This record gives sequence, C-alpha cells and structure tokens, in this order.
Amino acid sequence: MSGRSGKAKSRTIKVDYLARVEGEGSLYLKIKDDAVVDCRLEIFEPPRFFEALLRGRHFTEAPDITARICGICAIAYQMGAVHAMESICGVTVGGQLRELRRLIYCGEWIESHMLHIAMLHLPDFLGYPDAIAMAAEHGELVETALRLKKVGNDIVRLLGGREVHPVNVRVGGFYRTPQRAELATLEHDLNWARDAAIELTRTVAGLDFPRYERNYEYVCLSHPDEYPLNEGRLVSSSGLDIDISEYDKHFVEEQVAYSTALRSVRKGHGAYLCGPLARYNLNFDRLPDTARQLARELQVEPPLHNPFKSIVVRALEVVFACEEALRIIAGYEVPASPAIDCRPRPGSGSGCTEAPRGICYHRYSIDHEGSILDAKIVAPTSQNQRSVEQDLRDFAATHLHLSQDLLTWQCEQTVRNYDPCISCAAHFLTLHIDCE
Amino acid sequence: MPVSGRRGRRPKLAVWKFASCDGCQLTLLHCEDQLLSVAAAIDFAYFPEATRTVIKGPYDLSLVEGSITTPHDAERIHQVRRASKYLVTIGACATAGGIQALRNFKKVRDFTQIVYAAPQYIETLSKSTPISDHILVDFELRGCPIDKGQLIEVISAFLNNRKPAVTPHSVCIECKRRGNVCVMVARGTPCLGPVTHAGCGAICPVYDRGCYGCFGPKETPNTQSLADTWQQMDRSKTDLVRAFRSFNAYADPFRKESEAHER
Repeated sequence: MSGRSGKAKSRTIKVDYLARVEGEGSLYLKIKDDAVVDCRLEIFEPPRFFEALLRGRHFTEAPDITARICGICAIAYQMGAVHAMESICGVTVGGQLRELRRLIYCGEWIESHMLHIAMLHLPDFLGYPDAIAMAAEHGELVETALRLKKVGNDIVRLLGGREVHPVNVRVGGFYRTPQRAELATLEHDLNWARDAAIELTRTVAGLDFPRYERNYEYVCLSHPDEYPLNEGRLVSSSGLDIDISEYDKHFVEEQVAYSTALRSVRKGHGAYLCGPLARYNLNFDRLPDTARQLARELQVEPPLHNPFKSIVVRALEVVFACEEALRIIAGYEVPASPAIDCRPRPGSGSGCTEAPRGICYHRYSIDHEGSILDAKIVAPTSQNQRSVEQDLRDFAATHLHLSQDLLTWQCEQTVRNYDPCISCAAHFLTLHIDCE
Repeated sequence: MPVSGRRGRRPKLAVWKFASCDGCQLTLLHCEDQLLSVAAAIDFAYFPEATRTVIKGPYDLSLVEGSITTPHDAERIHQVRRASKYLVTIGACATAGGIQALRNFKKVRDFTQIVYAAPQYIETLSKSTPISDHILVDFELRGCPIDKGQLIEVISAFLNNRKPAVTPHSVCIECKRRGNVCVMVARGTPCLGPVTHAGCGAICPVYDRGCYGCFGPKETPNTQSLADTWQQMDRSKTDLVRAFRSFNAYADPFRKESEAHER
C-alpha cells in the first residue's frame, strides 16, 4: 500500500471493516495505471437464513419474526410482512389504522435518518471519526440531532411499545390503538422537531460536497397523493410503472463469491438506486410546502444526482416526517377496532414499503391454516449493492489525485451515502451446511 | 467481577458483533439522553457501528452481540475473550443463539434440500449457538432487544465496581408492579409472562397482547405448568412449539418444552 498520491502506477484501497454502517462489510479497490481494475464491496456478515426459518411458522408471526432481520428498520420489515399477509387474506387496512401505520413509520424514518445524518454520515463531512468526537466542537449540533432522533423514537415507542422490535404491529392493524390524548403528548416535541429539522437541513445543505454525479435509474414507490411510505406503485426514472405484485417479473437477485448478500438487478437494465434520492427525485411534488420551499431556498431541487447530497434529502425527509406526523395526530380519531380480522386462505401475496434506506419487498405463500409455505424478502441494501460498487469505481477513477488516506476516507463515505444496512442484506441466503 | 480501568486512564469499551440484527448495540446509540455522559466516562475504543477510530486492546469492558454461526466466528470469539477483562453478552442472539437458532431444530437434510445457486460460497455451521457455549462470559444481559435501562445499569455497575442489579424474576412480577390486568386470566389471551425473564417492563400486556418471550426463560421456570394451562385454553401442540421456539428457542427450558410438544 502506498501513502503517496497520484504518481504510483498501482494502488490498492482497502478497508477491512467498514465503520459507521450497520453490519459487517469491507471495501476493496485495485487501481492500475489510472484505471480501477477491481472493485468489491465485500459482505462477510454471517447469513441468518430468514427465508428458511419462516417456513412452517404461522402467518401472524411474520411481523414479529421479520422485525428481527434489522434492529434499525424493524418497522419496515413489519410493514412489508403485514401488507403481504393482508393481500393474501383479501383485506385492505384503511382509515385511521392506515394513518397510524404511517405515523409509526414516520417515527422510524426520523430516528433512522437522524442516526444516519448525525452519527454515521455527518462526521465524514466535518472530518471526525465519529459523532462523539464531533460533539467536542459541534456540541449543539450533536445535541439537537440526538434530541431529534429521540422524537422519532418516542413515536415508535408510544405506538409500538419500544424503539427496537416494537410489539404492537399485527396483521390487520395493531393490538391496541392509542387514545387521542396519548398521541397529543407528541405534538409539542414534534413542533420543535420540525423547526429543528428545517435548521438542520440548512446546515447540511451548506456542507462541502465532493463533486460527483451519476445517471442512476431511480426505483421507488409512488402514490398519487402522498409522499411514499407504505403504499404505491413501483416506478423508476426509466419508465417502469408496475403493481408490486409484478416485482419478481422485473427484478432478479444474483450471487457473487465475495458477498453473503444477494444483489438485485432490474432485468434488462442492471443496477438501480433506491432510497432517499430516488424518492425525492420522483416524488418531489408530493412533499409538503415547507419542504419544497426549503429545497428551493437551498437550491437543492430535483434533479439531484450527487449521492453525497443524500444527507440533505434525508434532512428534508425528516421535515416531511415531522409534518406528516403532526397532520396525522391532528386528524386522529380512535378507530372502532384496533385490527381488522384476517382469516388465512391459501395463496401468495406481496408487500413493498419504503424503508428509510429504500424499498423493502416481501412475498409469501401460505396454506389454508395460515402456515407459511414460502417466503422471499429483498432488503434495500441488496438492491443498492451494485450501485454502491459502480459509485466506488467511478468515484475513485475521477479522484485519483487524492492522497491515499483521503481517497480511502472518501471511498468509505461513498458507501455510507447509501446508509447501507448490511445486517439486512446478508440474511436471505438459503443454507449450505458445513457440519461441525 | 467488574474491573476498572488502569490508574489514571478512562476505561476502554469495545462492542463486538456476531450473527445479529444490530438492534442490541443500537440500543446504546438509542440512549439519546445518556450517550454523551457515557462517552465522557468511558472510551469507545472499538465500536465500528459508531466510529472509525480503533484503539488497541486489551479492553476493560466488552459488549458482545450476536451468536456463533460460522467457523471463523467460533475462532474470533476466543480472540475477543483474550482481549477483554470483563465480557458481557447482550441480547438473545448472544445469550441463547437468537432466532437464527431455529435452524438447530431442523435436520441437515431439510436445509440442504433447499439448493442454493452457489452454496460453496457460504460457510456456515449447522447450529447457531450462544457465546457462553464457547467462552467464559462474565454477565449475560437478556432480551430481544435488550432494555435500554438495563444496559445503562450494566455499564454503570461496571464503572462503579459493583454487580449489575438485574433480577431474574418473571415478566409476571413486572406486570403486577405496573398494575396491569392479567391478559391470560381476565381475557384468555395466551401469555408467556409466567416463564419469561423480566426486563422489558411487561410491555405486551400493556398493549393488549400476551408476552411472546423476547427475554427468554426466567430463573427456574415451570414451563410445563404453563403449557398445560395453554392447552386448557384450546391451544394446540403446534401453537406451543411455535411459542417456545422463537428468539430464545435454544435456551434450555424453552428448547425442552418445545421438544415435548413436537409431533
């Protein structure tokens, strides 16, 4: 390995254990004569085989079991599972139960985005190894960010019982729905949070961003009236527009030797990008006025193709999530029943929702007693993995003038742009047993 | 036995990950009100989820998340033990093998029949096992996920050279202290509270559902008596197997009870 910049004929960028991402991955780039000859996001997270473990379980257990795929975005897994199961049972959950689902998802977006903005991503821009070190000189910023994150967690805890692996989400709705007065306790903090998120967006929009843009195919949900969370058609910037039940016709997972995660591609198109940039570029007009005006003021309106600027989009989505939560709380009426009865019937069904880091797809088949026969789950990070590698390749190729240390750091940052959740991505392989 | 840092320096904390969902180590970052104070008292010497900084061991306190599922991890856990003065396992994966230990109940054939495109790339053991099957563990903190308050208690107990005040009684006790109406007696909702380790604060009954065993078996649980009660409430053997076989499926009392009802 060379510590010199530019002149070396051959360089290797290697990070053995990527920090400030969820899960275990490493990064490897080989550069020869100013060209990137090899580039790998290696994922060595041990697979946990959820798809195999779900077989034979009762369909009502899916939200509790799939939550355990990810400690950061458990709600995303619970929502994908309940929507898929409800579609099999022929049930649509609407009205206030649907609103409460949006509300708990807003909570997850706020806590997850704030974790990423302040603790995982921002230290890169300001040149610190972590948020704790950053707090020494940017105390107020870190304290505000932690308080914002807490507001998101407060929503999840109130509706779900606890922050990680909430207990209250079930197929058909919830076990218990809150009283109006309980939800009203969130309002004061949410009003503060919305204003704080607006200021935070201004702060992060003023960061120095590495010059880098790429022509991605963006893939996300799209709903006629709402910024997408739980429902919508699956659309892309290259004209895809399908019902989620058609997902498997258009997307396929592939395997590579150096990764315990499967990687998705769009058939006939290749790599694509899901997550904040995709949602923002394809659904900007469905953001609330506050967020759109703020984007105009900060000159970050779509199209936005610099993945480093995803930090600004996450902040804008926190503004959205606070406003959306306030809207839901203001209009809340206690529903007649906390859940709609869902009787199992044999069949298959899909669910797809917008996890903070991108679309999360579930498909299940169940029998007449409700036992799960087959499960398929595609995590957002599996879908972004190919895009991450293409970014690394392109970014490194255009930034070879940087010193070894800086190029390594900025390559790590290139991965962190995606808020990758490697723990999620690695959990979907079927099992080959190496007997003890 | 708690160990403090060497004279004149702050204790070094390391957080290690094995097969897991990251939720338990995330619980530390979810301590929004305490995080900066904890960071003022202790060095995050190895905590990749939070920092690029790596300070060399040995570490005064290691928190270990996740279960052992690969030959490589079965080796790595010994290195972690050697580098740690005091080692605490956090969460159901680390203390009981986690949800991924459901594989332990399948015949090898059941899994190998599911043919993978290129299984030669994947190296995995036939069982997911708790950390204590491999090394000496100083303290086990239960839960799927662990409780924030208990985590802070364990860290501060360590910092103050005392034993953590984490009681091994049942969720039932917490539930009574919270003033809940018993969901099983009053409403006939099956509940694992009588045999499950406390720590969550009995949240499920508060949300009108029965406990589903996230914290694993309490000290000396009478699982058979509870299973009899469930059967009197018309729950099938399959229901019992599923109930005892979740996040703590491989913890001895739950494993034995689920096996007793298997067809």
